[in-house]
Amino acid sequence: MNHDEKEEKYILINVTFRGEKGYIKLSPYLNIFELESNLPIKEGDIVDDMTCPHCGKSFIVNTMCEECKTAHVAQFIVSAFSKLIPFYICTKYGCKWHGLSKRDEHLIKIKIPRQEMSAQDPKLRINNFDEVPFGYNMEMAEMEAARCMQCKKPKCIEGCPVNINIPKFIDLIHQGKIIEAARSIKESNSLPAICGRVCPQETQCEATCILGTFDMPVAIGCLERFAADYERSMGSIQIPEKKARTEKKVAIIGSGPAGLTAAAELVKNGHSVTIFEALHESGGVLTYGIPEFRLPKEIVKSEINYLKNLGVRIRTNMVIGKLFSIDELLNDQKYDAVFIGVGAGLPIFMKIDGENLGNINSANEYLTRINLMKAYKFPEYDTPAPRGRKIATIGGGNVAMDCARTALRMGAKESWIIYRRSEKEIPARSEEIHHAIEEGVKFKLLTTPVRYIGTKNGFVKSMEVISMKLGEMDKSGRRSPIPIEGSNEIMDIDLVIIAIGAGPNPIIFDSTPDMNLNKWGYIDTIDEFGKTYKDKVWAGGDIVTGAATVISAMGAGKKSAFAINEYLMGDASHLSQNSY
Amino acid sequence: MFEIIDKKSYSRQTIISLRIDAPEISQKGMPGQFVIIITDKTGERIPLTIADNDPIAGTITLVFQIVGKSTALLGSKNVGDFIKDVTGPLGKAVEMKKYDKKILVIGGGTGIAVLHHIAKGYYEHKNKLVSILGARTKEFLIMKDEMKNISDECHITTDDGTEGFHGFVTQVTDMILSERSDEIEFAVAIGPVVMMKACCEITKKYNKATIVSLNPIMIDGTGMCGACRVEIDHETKFACVHGPQFDGHKVNFDLLMERQRIYLDDERISLFKSIK
Repeated sequence: MNHDEKEEKYILINVTFRGEKGYIKLSPYLNIFELESNLPIKEGDIVDDMTCPHCGKSFIVNTMCEECKTAHVAQFIVSAFSKLIPFYICTKYGCKWHGLSKRDEHLIKIKIPRQEMSAQDPKLRINNFDEVPFGYNMEMAEMEAARCMQCKKPKCIEGCPVNINIPKFIDLIHQGKIIEAARSIKESNSLPAICGRVCPQETQCEATCILGTFDMPVAIGCLERFAADYERSMGSIQIPEKKARTEKKVAIIGSGPAGLTAAAELVKNGHSVTIFEALHESGGVLTYGIPEFRLPKEIVKSEINYLKNLGVRIRTNMVIGKLFSIDELLNDQKYDAVFIGVGAGLPIFMKIDGENLGNINSANEYLTRINLMKAYKFPEYDTPAPRGRKIATIGGGNVAMDCARTALRMGAKESWIIYRRSEKEIPARSEEIHHAIEEGVKFKLLTTPVRYIGTKNGFVKSMEVISMKLGEMDKSGRRSPIPIEGSNEIMDIDLVIIAIGAGPNPIIFDSTPDMNLNKWGYIDTIDEFGKTYKDKVWAGGDIVTGAATVISAMGAGKKSAFAINEYLMGDASHLSQNSY
Repeated sequence: MFEIIDKKSYSRQTIISLRIDAPEISQKGMPGQFVIIITDKTGERIPLTIADNDPIAGTITLVFQIVGKSTALLGSKNVGDFIKDVTGPLGKAVEMKKYDKKILVIGGGTGIAVLHHIAKGYYEHKNKLVSILGARTKEFLIMKDEMKNISDECHITTDDGTEGFHGFVTQVTDMILSERSDEIEFAVAIGPVVMMKACCEITKKYNKATIVSLNPIMIDGTGMCGACRVEIDHETKFACVHGPQFDGHKVNFDLLMERQRIYLDDERISLFKSIK
């Protein structure tokens, strides 16, 4: 390393300290807080005045940090990166400085620690259904937004199933334009407050974030959540401009993430959109499945209201396949296209002895009672939920974590996760597992139940489990569990929740014999846009892929909406050509 | 919101019949199918079999016995009031066609209302019906005239002998089948679980297939939750999508009774709270 390069590393700042003029030299290469000065300045001292080494402007810097109530020297190397508004932020959290070179800026950025949301104390939160993380405040959001490198070729956008322009909205947050940021997200994603909470960002956008290669990636999910929550709390939700009405009608079956997304995209394109929902409330899994403490229902309602204000019509209590068939929607009710987004809602049981005993529930039943029917407020609400002292949830996915954590809130003394593989294969998000452990959920891995034993009144009182070992890789790329003979033991348990997955509900297909299904009962599609083999019908989400994530269903809904729009508009231009 | 068009009550107001404005459901509802209703904002989802539907008037009729908080609340609604949600028709309809021989239809308690809808369907398909209706006492007997109108012969039983045969429907079933089993094609038995179970034990003796209608606890009614698990021929089925009608000779009635009692304590809490 030659001398010149070394010189470049330093930032020289003219300061006044206790009436004396001098300089401080900072080395951002090694440590932004490394300090050299011709004055007796120590970290923690307050200088009277300093000049920016780049623009030469000076600013008074005797402000105290509001967070830690001290003022550090290094505090003064903070100012906004891209805008010429100097303002300070405590060194504990990071730095902002106007007029820095791109290079200095990046070097400082990587020093800012990832901002972690604070959360409800685990001991307290197991007694309530309130949301667990609190979300960012404005300063944390701006600090986190400052970490984004604004890559020329952003990898995060590719990682997002609905391709949100992530650097753009983060930059808007950084500039303090939070409402603009929220609106920018909504150009690609109509449900940002939901996605910010339940998307597995760590395997999607954040997995491809360049910062993640040498440090923690930008907390994209937390920022998305912040922008959406801010917009909502300010009452600034605005309805974007829609294209001219097309007189085309689209029926959407299911108001879960796939259906809602498809509806939003299609209504923005000027089509008349009606969603048919089987339950009495819309939202699908967002409403009946994901618990209040992970996704408050007020937020789901607000996001659905946004779609209603966009012009989407939602008809609840409509079981398509029973009340109307798909053919009736197309032929009698004259819908021009149908999108099926009914999810995978059929609970899977293990077909073992005693499984129909009282207090053995599917995860769907348990969560539906508590989330949709509000059994946690029983008897204010009429629907009861089973209660147990020692409960076992079978399965290791996010749904299993939701059940185990819900059970604690419903008063369980012990809540066990029984999973047949090891912790390496467990499919739940690490954040969910982390929260579950914090709350006291216990894990019994490499174990599976073989039968349930009941009381004379027909309630479960214990279960026989067997230990497993891992064998060869199976088709899913995971090592398949093999029972270890003779390892059986009895666990006392008074409530069991079976969360081993869900399958396709055949109810819609009974009246649609010409729908091609694959061997698992999911819809066979022709292309990546979810076109089915049935004319004018598209499908997307779990009913095509099998149980997956909220955002992947949204991605599918968006893709199908694109194809449906093309189809409808292609048709329209064809007609207008003929009429001329 | 679904408006109540007409209301009747029977049996010292323990059995209520509501005719509800539900034009779309009335077009599709077939005998044997049911709806899920939620009375008000904090209400639970309760399944009720469609007792009648009138596609021209656009109404469906629901008949239910007041047994707990939700049915009491529903029963307290009057003509002109609204019910928050009605979803349906759900479940499988009973197959309707002309059979060669007579059909033995057996109903007990509120089950007679459900039976009537199915029996009427058979009657409209030109079938001859032998019906047996049972109740605890004379004034608890519902829809007697409606059933008589569509039956070739109609037998009444009361537990206390205040009308018709002094005894149970099972006894009359046994008598009829022992005398002229070959006149009967098959049987339909709808009523309390104990009654259906006992009827099936009789009809099994004479090898007469018997359709029963099961009423387990349900939530969504669309196959999503599995609360309504029943065992048919040792195999688990969901009453909401595979039923609610099943081959009575294959039903595990004891399990059904156990599963109906799962929330008994909670139901009491709910009822007491509503009375207070």
